Amino acid sequence: MSVDKETVAKIARLARVRVDESRGEALAKELSNILDWIEQLSELDTEGVEPMTSVVSMTLPLRDDAVTDGGYPDRVTANAPEATHGFYTVPKVVE
Amino acid sequence: MSELTNLTIVGARDLLAKGEISSKELTEAHIVAVEAARPLNAFITETPEKALEMARASDTRRAAGEAGILEGLPIGMKDLFCTEGVLTTAASHILDGFHPTYESTVSRNMWDAGAVLLGKTNLDEFAMGSSNMTSFYGGVENPWRRSGDNRPLVPGGSSGGSATAVAARCALGATGTDTGGSIRQPAAFCGIVGMKPTYGRCSRWGIVAFASSLDQAGPMARSVQDTAILLRAMAGYDAKDSTSVNVAVPDYEAAMTGDVKGMKIGIPKEYRVDGMAGEIDQLWQQGIKWLEEAGAEAVEISLPHTRYALPTYYIISPAEASSNLARYDGVRYGLREEGATLDQMYEATRGKGFGAEVQRRVLIGTYVLSAGYYDAYYNKARKVRSLIAGDFAKAYEKVDAILTPTAPSPAFGMGDKMDDPIAMYLNDVFTVPASLAGLPGISIPAGLSAEGLPLGLQLLGKAFDEETVFKVAGVLEAAAAFEAKPAFLAA
Repeated sequence: MSVDKETVAKIARLARVRVDESRGEALAKELSNILDWIEQLSELDTEGVEPMTSVVSMTLPLRDDAVTDGGYPDRVTANAPEATHGFYTVPKVVE
Repeated sequence: MSELTNLTIVGARDLLAKGEISSKELTEAHIVAVEAARPLNAFITETPEKALEMARASDTRRAAGEAGILEGLPIGMKDLFCTEGVLTTAASHILDGFHPTYESTVSRNMWDAGAVLLGKTNLDEFAMGSSNMTSFYGGVENPWRRSGDNRPLVPGGSSGGSATAVAARCALGATGTDTGGSIRQPAAFCGIVGMKPTYGRCSRWGIVAFASSLDQAGPMARSVQDTAILLRAMAGYDAKDSTSVNVAVPDYEAAMTGDVKGMKIGIPKEYRVDGMAGEIDQLWQQGIKWLEEAGAEAVEISLPHTRYALPTYYIISPAEASSNLARYDGVRYGLREEGATLDQMYEATRGKGFGAEVQRRVLIGTYVLSAGYYDAYYNKARKVRSLIAGDFAKAYEKVDAILTPTAPSPAFGMGDKMDDPIAMYLNDVFTVPASLAGLPGISIPAGLSAEGLPLGLQLLGKAFDEETVFKVAGVLEAAAAFEAKPAFLAA
């Protein structure tokens, strides 16, 4: 088994997803099955193969470094669970 | 099912142009149909009032001689496209109450062409699934039933609500998005046509992101020509999507000449997979015969890395998803679960707001991108992706298009395969390779299984050569003459 309960807890923490401890064992098994299945790629020799960055061969376009939009904080924060005076509000971060 | 809801887009367009029906009449008939089909759960949000308002405006434009290419046609919009002022959920709890203050480019293009919004269609949560069962708003029922068996079946996914709405005659057409098969597989399961264009053909701006290097919007409808009409309106360069490609959008309908004489159609030998139903192989052989009878030549080709496509996809797509979904943190929109600290708030919100499959993919993605595994998994997958794209490039030196089945089975029961993620992933075995290579593909209904369920054939084309795909698909469609209708048809 490639991942255990502790690894699941560690990844979940990195991903900022709360996972009930009771689900840890089952999730470890599910993720291990998927990772074991993915593992078949290792049998392929990819020495010297260029990793794909884009399916369309194109150079990303550059745009002018200019302000082209904005000036409506009310619209930007319209969907916020909590907002005041044009700002998002969150639990206290700095003690 | 009324006469108006059974029309194709081509048929409705002609009646509207002749003034024999109004968009208001056409839209009213579809609103009734959407209501009648509620047991199927194809829509997350119905927008009847907006539809009538848009229909009236359309009739006014037509009277003034300003008809666009989708003028007055009522459609369904997958609930992954942001629609200004209309609830947009991605079928996730975490986007509770999200009313975008902007419009996605693809939907904007369609409204500019005159289309009418019937509502937002159901999907797998964040488009992650092949059954539509992962939706926070519940699964969608396929309007088809096995003969003599009334158990509900899945419509496929992730664009399952769109496929169901079109098949059940609630909408003339609908939008889908396809990351690994999410337009083509549900189209096959529901007996309709679904087209994924080349990556870069449609703007991704305003579409809730799943895996950005793969996501692509496309049309779903009841005929090849109908999808050709829809795609022409949806496609086009957009400066707001840096991967949108600045090439002219052709008139896809005009490409459907019916002439495939002398064309070479590739038949990839690696697509004869273990466990594929015999009837699917038979249909594939039949499809080859149809194209040969029309004057095309079938050529056996090899796509040697096909078997590595799914594992590659299940590294790249969760990796990109884990990064894209980092934005759902309970701060700027949607659900917020309280926590004593900011981190606890993030964790509580994402723990509650994401469903099981989304969490699984976010965790896999986080794992394969984490320190020490990035090269072994993510970079390895990107290299294999190059090999898979290379297989297609080599094949297209010899052939004009490629014919395969769309899915290895017909629609399965609601609830089946839910406890085995890999069995679920295998649904996309024939659609994922072209997604990884960014190539256009279409699924057309080509026959019925022994149990009376629709089966699809898939045609793949060269990058930005949707015209050939539509042309060959039109010929295949005419030969297949698929007339069967689902068990459930809306009022």
